[in-house]
Amino acid sequence: MHKLLTDQPGATMVLLGNEAIARGAIEAGVAVATTYPGTPSSEISLNFFQISQESSLYFEYSTNEKVSLEVAAATANAGVRSMCVMKHVGMNVAADALMTLAYVGVKGGLIILTADDPFMFSSQNEQDNRYYGKLSGLPILEPSSVEEAKNMIPYAFELSESLQEPVIFRTTTRINHSTAPVTLGPIRERVCKGDFAKDPFNYVTVPAVSRKLHVKLLANLEKAAEQTETSPYNFVSGSGSWGIICNGVSYAYITDAVRDLGIHDKVKILRIGFSHPMPQKMIKTFLGSCEKVLVVEEGEPYMEEAIKAFAQEAGLTLPINGKGKDLFSRLYEFNPRLVRQVVAGYFGVSCQVEPIVDLSNVPEIPQRPPNLCAGCSHRATFYAVKKAAEGLATIYPTDIGCYTLGFLPPLGMGDFLICMGSSVGTSCGFSKVTDKKVVSFIGDSTFFHSGIPGLVNAIFNNHNFTFVILDNGITAMTGHQPNPGVDMSLMKLQGYGRISIEAVVRALGVPHISVIQPYKVKKSIEALREAFSFKGVSVVIAQEMCTLYAKGFKKTKSRAYYVSDKCRNHRDCISQLACPAFFLEEEKVKINPTMCDGCAVCAQICPENAILPVKS
Amino acid sequence: MSDITRLIIVAVGGQGNLLASSVLGEAALLAGIPLRMSEIHGMAQRGGVVESALVFGNAQSTIISDGEADVLLGFEPSETLRALNKCNARTVVITNLSPLPPFTVAIGKGVYPDIGELQQIIREKTARLIAMNAVDLAKTAGNVLSVNMVLLGALIQTGILPVTADHVITAIRTKTKAAFVDINTRAFDLGVEAALRQ
Ligand code: SF4
Ligand code: SF4
Repeated sequence: MHKLLTDQPGATMVLLGNEAIARGAIEAGVAVATTYPGTPSSEISLNFFQISQESSLYFEYSTNEKVSLEVAAATANAGVRSMCVMKHVGMNVAADALMTLAYVGVKGGLIILTADDPFMFSSQNEQDNRYYGKLSGLPILEPSSVEEAKNMIPYAFELSESLQEPVIFRTTTRINHSTAPVTLGPIRERVCKGDFAKDPFNYVTVPAVSRKLHVKLLANLEKAAEQTETSPYNFVSGSGSWGIICNGVSYAYITDAVRDLGIHDKVKILRIGFSHPMPQKMIKTFLGSCEKVLVVEEGEPYMEEAIKAFAQEAGLTLPINGKGKDLFSRLYEFNPRLVRQVVAGYFGVSCQVEPIVDLSNVPEIPQRPPNLCAGCSHRATFYAVKKAAEGLATIYPTDIGCYTLGFLPPLGMGDFLICMGSSVGTSCGFSKVTDKKVVSFIGDSTFFHSGIPGLVNAIFNNHNFTFVILDNGITAMTGHQPNPGVDMSLMKLQGYGRISIEAVVRALGVPHISVIQPYKVKKSIEALREAFSFKGVSVVIAQEMCTLYAKGFKKTKSRAYYVSDKCRNHRDCISQLACPAFFLEEEKVKINPTMCDGCAVCAQICPENAILPVKS
Repeated sequence: MSDITRLIIVAVGGQGNLLASSVLGEAALLAGIPLRMSEIHGMAQRGGVVESALVFGNAQSTIISDGEADVLLGFEPSETLRALNKCNARTVVITNLSPLPPFTVAIGKGVYPDIGELQQIIREKTARLIAMNAVDLAKTAGNVLSVNMVLLGALIQTGILPVTADHVITAIRTKTKAAFVDINTRAFDLGVEAALRQ
């Protein structure tokens, strides 16, 4: 049995934040869960995926976040408790559905989980999704710890049902990826079937209906404004005339700072866990009892702006600060030392900080950037593209996946990236206004997620570029999740369809299509050259399974390669491929046989034919 | 801050540090010591660096700021050196000495630090350095993959963490595969001995 299904209320389990969230949903009787995978949220979905294979929970990896939210919007409107999980930037994709779903509302509870990523450990931006609460008019809950994350989920479902609106559940990386002991609660029975009662004048959002629904949304927001005042997740602790208002992980840093600074009898803390709408009355009362207030929140001054407005309404003139010089930054994440120092500085108390060791004479340490795996087929494709494009002035728009790493030297394949699917859309623009050859890259999962509309656009508007689809049969970067092109029988799962990328591309009428096997270097280069010389949209599909994923199925490891004594130390292999299996020993190139995947790409490019398979 | 112990573990993806953290998590549970952890893996499977923070005792924070680690445990010498910003003059540092040079060295983008100099620098800036070739000790124990257990042994021998060797051994028995328990406990003991000798 899956450990998160353990039915032992009161028992303690050490859980990752994302496991705690999934457990919270199980305790709340969640019956439908949908997602598009994205770090730092991925493990929530992974646990749902596993649980769905041994219980009545319905889970799906949807094509993208918008579809994922639409699926959950329907199941929740059929009265079934549903949850939709995504990373913060996924909310941008889902936003079209979100904004009007707020008008329509829900019948069964719906949680939309957004995992924000301050510092961008694994994201392209660090947007603060609390503003989606304001933008949509939906309530937002934010936990401060792993335990609280679990406990807040059942509360979020109840809130959603009482307001008949979806609830946005906002986490940050340090909640998702922290581990702590959690006390299990009782598991509510899962109700998987619902019904949908037709009511088109409340569900079909034509202007006349929406005008009425917006009134309803504002009325629900009023109700939420009452609930936030009495929510157990907004609370005051401590006493004194200094005030601190904080949310999320900042609450943990504040708790530690107040203890370390020995100022617990001087400060009151208002912890905001229900952050949209903000508890206006509670905040006004809090401000009224303080001499000065510090607002501690990662990201944007979301609370600070609201609190200052409340102070103005209440005619209070006490100093209220948060972001600013010598205070907190809008950039990156906080840490305990930073928070301790800012609190001490703001309230004028002394703070002993242990000096960091002097790093001035530490020699420069070589960087250790992540690298494509040994034998990764993307490396082979990038090499072939580079060779085929020799002599051409090029622009390489790229996309989001493991292959984004191809932008690093020595491959240098990647010139522009803004979001999922942007490779193809930006290719249209670059090729229109420059005279350079545009070659763009997209992975299979990203192609399905948001690459198809861009390709349709390219065909319709008759653009001119080569679009390389790196089809490695899995969503590799986020931990090998399925996508619509994946053969699910490999996972021993039945009941799935499978979409051929080649068939999609053909159906769209792409005038020049080729399929390559990237480990066949020469043939790949030839096919790419031909595609590059075509005027119009050419698509090259590079088909080879992600080698890291394939390892799970292979019974025997392919033969490794070694560098024989024919080697004359040109080092083309190292300097052009950068496969991590290579290393230097006494200035000679060697291959680490346990790392080498036997892809034989290096053997094909060695000018001396010095790289040979290890004899068994 | 006295009842709180902060441990940073740095490693290269695939070195088994996640298992080491989970063994310590189990040991803390057995010892009845509150423990919070956090992990950042910069695409660990793709050869990036993995950093775990373990905070023992009654703290709420799950991360450790620069200069605030009580112990730094490094699975790879250049990564130990890179994490020196987490240390202060009282920090105890434990490191494996067997290098895994990053790929950037092979393509001429950087020089791997000299192991002797590296130890010298750490020793002179921190309270104590315990350094060993954990790969050799793991091989002696019977499995090169038990580097993590060797380093756990050295860590526990320092007595800085509020968990005992017995707790950790019990945790190793429950958290690691049955077939490897003997090798793992042997590796742990070799780590303890190696730290004792320093
Ligand atoms: S996980 Fe797969 S796609 Fe990603 S780098 Fe490794 S082999 Fe390549
Ligand atoms: S065959 Fe060559 S390129 Fe392929 S994995 Fe082995 S060393 Fe790397």
